[in-house]
Amino acid sequence: MADLRNKFAGIKSPNPFWLASAPPTDKAYNVERAFKAGWGGVMWKTLGEDGPPVVNVNGPRYGAIFGGDRRLIGLNNIELITDRPLQLNLQEIKQVKKNWPDRAVVVSLMVPCEEDAWKTILPVVEATGADGIELNFGCPHGMSERGMGAAVGQVPEYIEMVTRWCKANTNMPVIVKLTPNITDIRYPARAAHKGGADAVSLINTINSITSVNLDIFAPEPTIDGKGTHGGYCGAAVKPIALNMVAEIARDAQTKGLPISGIGGIENWRGAAEFMALGAGNVQVCTAAMIYGFKIVEEMISGLSNWMDEKGYNSIDEFVGKAVPNVTDWQFLNLNHITKARINQDLCISCGRCYIACEDTSHQAIMATKDGERHFEIMEDECVGCNLCVNTCPIENCIDMVVLKTGEIDERTGEKVSGDYANWTEHKNNPGAA
Amino acid sequence: MARGQSEKRILSNRLEPNDYIKGFCDLHSPLDQHEALVEAERCLFCYDAPCQTACPAEIDVALFIREITTNNTLGAAKTIFDQNIFGGMCARVCPVEILCEQACVRQTSEGKPVKIGQLQRFATDLAMNEDKQFYRSQSSTGKKIAIIGAGPAGISCAHRLSMLGHEVEIFDAKPKSGGLNEYGIAAYKSVNDFAQKEINYILKIGNIKIHHNKALGQDFTLKELENNYDAIFLGLGLGDVNNLNIKNESAKGVEDAIDFIAKLRQEHDKSKIPIGQDIVVIGGGMSAIDAAIQAKLLGAQNVTICYRRGKEQMGASEYEQQLATSKGVVIKHWLSPKKIKTKHGKLASVKFNYTELKNGKLMDINQSLTLKADQLFKAIGQNLISESISELQLKSKRILVDDNMQTSNKKIWAGGDCIFGGDDLTVTASANGRDAAIDINKKLLGGAK
Repeated sequence: MADLRNKFAGIKSPNPFWLASAPPTDKAYNVERAFKAGWGGVMWKTLGEDGPPVVNVNGPRYGAIFGGDRRLIGLNNIELITDRPLQLNLQEIKQVKKNWPDRAVVVSLMVPCEEDAWKTILPVVEATGADGIELNFGCPHGMSERGMGAAVGQVPEYIEMVTRWCKANTNMPVIVKLTPNITDIRYPARAAHKGGADAVSLINTINSITSVNLDIFAPEPTIDGKGTHGGYCGAAVKPIALNMVAEIARDAQTKGLPISGIGGIENWRGAAEFMALGAGNVQVCTAAMIYGFKIVEEMISGLSNWMDEKGYNSIDEFVGKAVPNVTDWQFLNLNHITKARINQDLCISCGRCYIACEDTSHQAIMATKDGERHFEIMEDECVGCNLCVNTCPIENCIDMVVLKTGEIDERTGEKVSGDYANWTEHKNNPGAA
Repeated sequence: MARGQSEKRILSNRLEPNDYIKGFCDLHSPLDQHEALVEAERCLFCYDAPCQTACPAEIDVALFIREITTNNTLGAAKTIFDQNIFGGMCARVCPVEILCEQACVRQTSEGKPVKIGQLQRFATDLAMNEDKQFYRSQSSTGKKIAIIGAGPAGISCAHRLSMLGHEVEIFDAKPKSGGLNEYGIAAYKSVNDFAQKEINYILKIGNIKIHHNKALGQDFTLKELENNYDAIFLGLGLGDVNNLNIKNESAKGVEDAIDFIAKLRQEHDKSKIPIGQDIVVIGGGMSAIDAAIQAKLLGAQNVTICYRRGKEQMGASEYEQQLATSKGVVIKHWLSPKKIKTKHGKLASVKFNYTELKNGKLMDINQSLTLKADQLFKAIGQNLISESISELQLKSKRILVDDNMQTSNKKIWAGGDCIFGGDDLTVTASANGRDAAIDINKKLLGGAK
């Protein structure tokens, strides 16, 4: 069995699967259950400054998007940071870390944007024996209205400043959690890096309204007839998170900065994808909130089996392995030509590929042959867009076949060149050299 | 007190009251909201969907299922009724396993089609339970159409004609409307007087008058109708039954399966219906299955269907055959009835010869089987009573119609089981009636509408 041991920003854990700072890590009871289930670490749900704790709404806190069969694919929440007293949390953190010395216990923090506030909380957290802190610069609802969370994460100068304060006032590793509610994720990442962050973690949740109640005309979840935007998470946000992780991983200015990958990870494969794009470990929340902590068993066995199969002995061997293959559009090889091909033995004749291509794309699929219902690609029209593959309900029924060098592309009538050629040197590019 | 299965003779009250209720309850319990949603989400919304092509009424199945997934169930019901106003009954009685569900691509991909029939029932039940009326009789065209037969073909035709603004009068020989929906079809497929409720729901469109107990040839002639109406639609059904043409066919205990089925439908208290101990059903179609299963449900000890050809040639679908055997009915093939033996004028046994196909011809072979029987149900097909329509051109003893359901008489249209090419299905009859109405409208109004 592959070695899943993980060292992230100097913090050791038996596996790279951590629970993100969120309701599942709100108190010792949950965290103990998570560790029993096998999770490698937790980000303790965000602590605020001492004093009367925040209050949460007493109505619904979550909204959801469902796929078929009520499979929850997107969740949105308007819960705030911990609403438990600071001292209680600190005591529990200390006890849990004592009980589980091999697991990572990192504490998420959010206090006002004043150095004194940070100076006050950092030592008391450090005294618990926690492994590190995560600065919550991401929370998009409620706290941001009070000048914290995403309100800080959306201003790179603040990120850098607060990170610097933290690095100056604690010995614990500082992980900066980034909000995706910005236009270019590289700027906040660079700011964290400049401030001396040991790592960044992303993404936090995305501003969202999941649905609108059409009887009372109010966004859901609805509190007494009103709703507010919440933080969107779950499988639906994974593509957005993957891209943001990759952007930071391949940015020259933040190269080498450890990344903790978050966003819609539900299983070992999702975790491996984040890690391939440069995440040193991953954090999970929504999947645990849907299925419970047991899912980590699948993640551990799945990742380990995949690593065995591929011959990876440790996680470091594949972290970041896909980063060099993330590039800009302009560098994609325009001489790489693919054609869809339908496997007639697998085709169930639903015709979805046909209507997608016919109505919305390139009219490259025939629906009848010799008067019979039959779906086949017309290679002289196929641009290789892949839409048919995606609409097909049968796995592997439609393949994208790469034309070999020397073959004729029936659409253009030209021979496939074996050479690499991209937009930067294309004849239609006015800016080409 | 239940008499049990072991007593000889033809007896009522064989079972406990509860057994009748259980046996004759709804064959499939309806889907609830959640089940319907889960099932509907399996639909792939195929292009030019094979299920729709396979449906004799060409219901836009993919669309109505998509409407169910979006909680637009009444919209789904309308999509169904637009093509087939008998969508409710068809959801219960259609042999979906050889129609839409057989064509479903989920059947191809995983051997489990989307439960189209059940979903259709879900949608149509809601509309009918809420008495949601989608159609209104149009302002009058001044045309009057006579329809003979208040079965699915006749009522469907009447409904569409009313939609198009015509006045309709229906004549039916029976005391109730519905045709085979009311008098045929196993009781467990149309529980709680569904057939009558459906007719009442459909007739709310208005402008349709029904005259019961009025039989063609007895109470009126075709000529009279021709003189008094602008057009005529014949949804006569098949009024005559085939005979075995062997000795003792009129012995006590020998009955037509369709009479037995009709009796079951008309009797609310099934315990009152007498049934024998040893039942033989002759035939291979749906009526044979319906009679056999219900005989078993009434408490017959042994029920055997004997069919003169093989399993594959049976008119009843594989599913229906399995349903019968699951209820304890025995199905025997390659048996041709030869002799009805009686004792004191009552049926005692039936002797069959085994058959085989020789060069495509069915031949008796020199081997026989005798089955003890106190009741024999004949289910070997029905025939058109053609005396009163002798002026019309027939083919294979059925009324010949063109693609628009028009007969050789340009003032007369026909549809349902009575026409050549009819397939004994409610859905086809309903589609025929609809199409005839559209053509009648076109021809009566010329290019005006």
